[in-house]
Amino acid sequence: MSEKFDCIVVGAGPAGISCAYELAKGGAKVLLLERGEYPGSKNVMGGVLYRKMMEDIIPEFYKEAPLERPVVEQRFMMMDKESAVTVGYKGMEWGKEPYNNFTVLRAKFDQWFAEKAVEQGAVLVNETVVLECIVEDGKVVGVRTDRPNGEIYADVVVLADGVNSLLAQSLGFHKEYKPDEVALATMEVLKLDKKVIEDRFNLEENQGCTIELFGDATKGILGTGFLYTNKDSLSIGVGTLLSGLIKHKIKPYELLEYVKNHPMIRPYIQGSESQEYLAHLIPEGGFKSMGRIVGDGVIVIGDASQLVNAIHREGSNLAMTSGRYAAEAVLLAKQAGDFSEKMLDSYRMRLMAGFVGQDMQKYKDSTHHFNKFPQYFEDYIPMVNKAASQMFTVDGTSKWEKQKKIWKDLGTGKEKMKLARDMYRAWKVIK
Amino acid sequence: MLHIVACIKQVPDTKIIKMNPKTNTMDRRTAPAILNPYDAHAVEEAVRLRERYGGTVSVVTMGPPPAVKAIKKCIEIGADEGYLITDRRFAGADTLATSYALTKAIEKISQMNPVDLVICGKMTIDGDTGQVGPGIARRLDIPPLTSVNKVVEVNREEGYAVVHRKLEDGFEVVRSSLPCLLSVEKTINEVPYSPFPNMLKAAQYQPHIWSVDDLEDVDIKQLGLKGSPTIVSKVWAPPKPEAGEILEGNPREQVEQLLSVLLEKKELFSSKEGV
Repeated sequence: MSEKFDCIVVGAGPAGISCAYELAKGGAKVLLLERGEYPGSKNVMGGVLYRKMMEDIIPEFYKEAPLERPVVEQRFMMMDKESAVTVGYKGMEWGKEPYNNFTVLRAKFDQWFAEKAVEQGAVLVNETVVLECIVEDGKVVGVRTDRPNGEIYADVVVLADGVNSLLAQSLGFHKEYKPDEVALATMEVLKLDKKVIEDRFNLEENQGCTIELFGDATKGILGTGFLYTNKDSLSIGVGTLLSGLIKHKIKPYELLEYVKNHPMIRPYIQGSESQEYLAHLIPEGGFKSMGRIVGDGVIVIGDASQLVNAIHREGSNLAMTSGRYAAEAVLLAKQAGDFSEKMLDSYRMRLMAGFVGQDMQKYKDSTHHFNKFPQYFEDYIPMVNKAASQMFTVDGTSKWEKQKKIWKDLGTGKEKMKLARDMYRAWKVIK
Repeated sequence: MLHIVACIKQVPDTKIIKMNPKTNTMDRRTAPAILNPYDAHAVEEAVRLRERYGGTVSVVTMGPPPAVKAIKKCIEIGADEGYLITDRRFAGADTLATSYALTKAIEKISQMNPVDLVICGKMTIDGDTGQVGPGIARRLDIPPLTSVNKVVEVNREEGYAVVHRKLEDGFEVVRSSLPCLLSVEKTINEVPYSPFPNMLKAAQYQPHIWSVDDLEDVDIKQLGLKGSPTIVSKVWAPPKPEAGEILEGNPREQVEQLLSVLLEKKELFSSKEGV
């Protein structure tokens, strides 16, 4: 038998690395296992990293981490076929310390973050796939990898193996996700000259912009698109519920091509060169899809536990916070010498009492709601575009007349009632 | 107990690398650094010999500090110890200067534990010369055995090794005194998926790092660019292969066209004198 660890963390994404970092810092003997060639090589996200949750782990990380640009402007574009209504905020306070959030390229960032965990004393082994948890008397006592002599033992196994978490599934913690519980995101990194990016997005050096795309970006399917500025590249992508793609018989890469060729988007990316093409599942079932996350000798964190706030495009920060809490629970358990479910449950309790759990509960109906009523994306966004077009087109009609016309276009009295009801319902789900 | 030293190099992955069209040099930033594939086979062979006869496998490389990663890869394969010689004064070395520097490192390793066998890969994929192995053998004044396809026996007590050397139309069996240097073909073995304990060891392993000052009796003039008489006068990317000709028509017409092409180029197939 090879040496025994206090804790084995499976998966070197934001959740797993955060957990390994905190454990090592707390003096635990921790092994971090990654299936990719290096941490980040298989990881995908749109590319916004939130400063606060990262700083809870490494204060002032932005002084040395490989980041792309601090985000100083966030735009939201409600798109119709040949038009868009855009709202946004740009503020210089986001352009200086301590910043609000950053665009990042995961392949670079995760590698750096994992190195920090190794500096704390974590042992990182790459290119190794965990096949299953070793269970003895109903307790998880280690993992079996795909390598010869590949059994490794530990007091606690933390599963951070990502959205599909086959490991948690094989322990019976959750069922296989249904197509309306996961979104498929497809994205591309487009190489573009730094100066060109700054000109097109109205930025100065070391300033970034994020644009979230709604409506026609996903051809009305429930989901969103995004366009983010990196140092000398752009990240563009679309994510929609898997069930939506199936229902509309659209292939994910077709949707990405559609967005790239949309007249509202094309001018931003013109002349760029494709550098990377990525696709990934995002758990969007929310609170209602969460399975068990604690067992005897085992904890589930990050995407593996469905921790994503789809409405606010937040995943990695929930992942990092869950990793941190898990580490603290394991350190407590180590002190007590008790690795039972009851002991480790302090992780779940803390998670649910904090912002992660509160947000998960608050938005528990959101995905289901918008999925159940497609009119938000299919009808209302075009309606807003039409109204804006009418209001701002100068054609000699008085503004009062225009408002009357817009009001009339909202439909019959009954339809207006429905619209009002939908807006109220949406508000209730989000607020 | 055998002491085998494998010489390795970290190289850019030439399958991926792009050429800079202006300077005609390799743009090393475009490719990840990997362990030279031939060297993986050299290390694997050393590990197999250790398993057969017992002993120690050391790996040695000259390179910048990130070359530690290539040494770790060798520990994954099963090497026991790794030595990196790294110094600004080594920079710009050709095969002559490289073999000189590696020889100095092997001499130092040998002082601690006498070396019986040095194993190198046939060549590196970024230089393609195959000169460093024989260069080391010459300087150490030991027999070089190139194109080794199989190690039949290593007998430390009686001081000999028997190997198969690959020839164009077969192989020859060669017996050499020990110590000697082998440079091995890729076909000598298959590098298996490393067992987990090796991975664990590699993750935590810190190689021995030496600068020029840690080596003994070094003639600085023979190091790096100063010690390199090779002049690279021109580098160019190989021309892209031209698209092949596609025959059209029904099968009979295609066969006829093919026959006429073959007849036209028949001298390609006639045996040449001396072959």
